[in-house]
Amino acid sequence: MTSKGKTIPVLTIVTVIVVIWYVCVVWMNAQFVYDQAERAKVEPPAFSQLVVTTMSQDRPVLPAPHQVGQELWKTTVGKKITSKRSLVYHAWITLSATLLGFIIGTALGIALAVGIVHNRAMDKSVMPWVITSQTIPILAIAPMIIVVLNAVGISGLLPKALISTYLSFFPIVVGMVKGLRSPDAAQLDLMHTYHASAAQTFWKLRWPSSMPYLFTSLKIAVAISLVGAIVGELPTGAVAGLGARMLAGSYYGQTIQIWSALFMAAALAALLVMCVGLAQSFVLRRMGEKPA
Amino acid sequence: MTVVSASNLSLTFETNDGPVHALKDVDLSVEQGDFVSFIGPSGCGKTTFLRVIADLEQPTGGSISVNGMTPQEARMKRAYGYVFQAASLLPWRTIEKNIAVPLEIMGLSKSDQRVRIDRVLGLVDLANFGKKYPWQLSGGMQQRASIARALAFDADLLLMDEPFGALDEIVRDHLNEQLLELWARTNKTICFVTHSIPEAVYLSTKIVVMSPRPGRVTDVIESTLPKERPLEIRESTEFLKIAHRVREGLRAGHSYDE
Repeated sequence: MTSKGKTIPVLTIVTVIVVIWYVCVVWMNAQFVYDQAERAKVEPPAFSQLVVTTMSQDRPVLPAPHQVGQELWKTTVGKKITSKRSLVYHAWITLSATLLGFIIGTALGIALAVGIVHNRAMDKSVMPWVITSQTIPILAIAPMIIVVLNAVGISGLLPKALISTYLSFFPIVVGMVKGLRSPDAAQLDLMHTYHASAAQTFWKLRWPSSMPYLFTSLKIAVAISLVGAIVGELPTGAVAGLGARMLAGSYYGQTIQIWSALFMAAALAALLVMCVGLAQSFVLRRMGEKPA
Repeated sequence: MTVVSASNLSLTFETNDGPVHALKDVDLSVEQGDFVSFIGPSGCGKTTFLRVIADLEQPTGGSISVNGMTPQEARMKRAYGYVFQAASLLPWRTIEKNIAVPLEIMGLSKSDQRVRIDRVLGLVDLANFGKKYPWQLSGGMQQRASIARALAFDADLLLMDEPFGALDEIVRDHLNEQLLELWARTNKTICFVTHSIPEAVYLSTKIVVMSPRPGRVTDVIESTLPKERPLEIRESTEFLKIAHRVREGLRAGHSYDE
C-alpha cells in the first residue's frame, strides 16, 4: 500500500537525476572533443554533433548512463559468472568477504556490548577504545592488517573480512549497549523481585528489548561491511573483487568499468540492507509488534 | 501472625543537595490478612517503605522483618508479589506468557504453569484474553494482567504501588471493587500505596497516614467499616468519618502548606 504511493515520487527523482547526469556528460566531456579538434586543426563540431560525440567516447571523464548500463549488461548477463571478466564473479568475491566480516563484526559487537552492560570495569574502560578505533582512517589501517596477517600466514578471504569487521562492529556495540539498557527501571525491579539470575534477566528481558536496536545497527553495519571489503581490496593489489575492478579501471582510465563496479556495489548494498530489513520485519512481527 | 514488622526504620538518601530523609523512625506492623493503605503527599516515603519491604531499597537505620526474615531472604523465597503503577508487561509476550515470566524463572513445569495461568486469569476476569498482546488491551485490563502476574506464584503478600494511579476514575472504581473481592477470596495480605483518600478508606482495614520531610507516619487508622463493602458504602457517615480523620492526619503533617 505504502510502496504504491512511493512509485511516482521515486521515478520522478530518478528521471531528474538521469537528466542532470546527461547534461553533465555533455559539459564534462566536451573539453576532450574541443582538444581533439584543435589538435587535428579542424573546426569544433556543431552542438548536435558534440552531444553525440560526448556520449560515445571510449574513456569519457563521465560516462553516460546508457554506457554504464551497457557495460553492466555485458559484464553480468553477457559473461559466464566464472569468467574473470564477469562482474557477478567480482561481486561475489566482495560479497563473501562482506558477509564473513559482517558476521564476525556482529558477534564481536554483541559480545562487547554484553560485557559493557554487565561488567563495571568494561563499562568504564572499553567504550573509549571502541570510539578511538573508528577515528583511525580505515585506508591507513587496511594495508597493515593485510600485511600483518600475511606475515603470520593468513591470507585470502579472512584479512579482507577483518577489515569489514573493523568497521561493522562499531554500530553494533553502540546500538546494543543502548538496546540492552533499554528496559525501564520497573521492569528490572520486577526481575529483581522474582530473584532472577543475571542470565535470566538477560534472556527474558534485556535481549528481547534490544531487538529493534539490533536491527537498526545491523542495517548500518552491513552497508559499511561492504565498504570495508571494497577498501580492503584497494591498497592490497587484490586481483579480484569490486575494489580490484575499480582500481584496475582507474589505472587504465576505464571510467565505464569504474562506474559499473560502483553501481554494482550500490546495488549490492541496497540488496543487503533490504535483506536485513526483511529479517527485521519478520522477527518483530513474530514478537507481536503492533502493526503500523 | 505478623507479616511485616518495622521498628525505628530510617532511610536517608545521600544526594548532591545534602541528605534526604525518605523515612525516619517508622514503627509499623502489618498482620496476616490485613489490607493496609499508605497515604500521603509526594515525598512522604510511602513508596520507599514498600520498596524496603521488597528489598528494592536498603534501610540506613532501624530494623524490618518480612515473614520473620530479612527482606532479602523474603525476596529470595518469593514471599511477595509486586505491582507497579505502570503495568510493565513485556510487549513481545502475550498476556499468558507475561504471567509465565515469574513461573519460568522459578523453574515450574509447563503443566503447572498452565494451571496457574488459567487460575489467575480467571481471578482477574481476563480468561479470554490470554492469547492477546498487551497493546490489544485497555489500560485497566493491562493493570489487571499485571496483578494476575503478581498472584501467579502464590505469594501471601501483595505489594501494590499506586496500581490504579494512571487510570480514570470509573475504571478505578471498578478495579477497587474487584480488588476487594479478590482479597476476600484469596486471603492475601495487601500493602497498597495511594494518594487518593476515598480509595484508601474504601479498600483498607488499616490506613497509614504519612507526611514528608522527613518521611514519617503521622497516624494509623483501624477501619471500622465491615468487610463486605459495596461501592455505595462511600456515602455512609462511617466512611466520611474515617475519610475526615485521614484528611486531618494529612493536614497535621503540614503536607498541604508546602
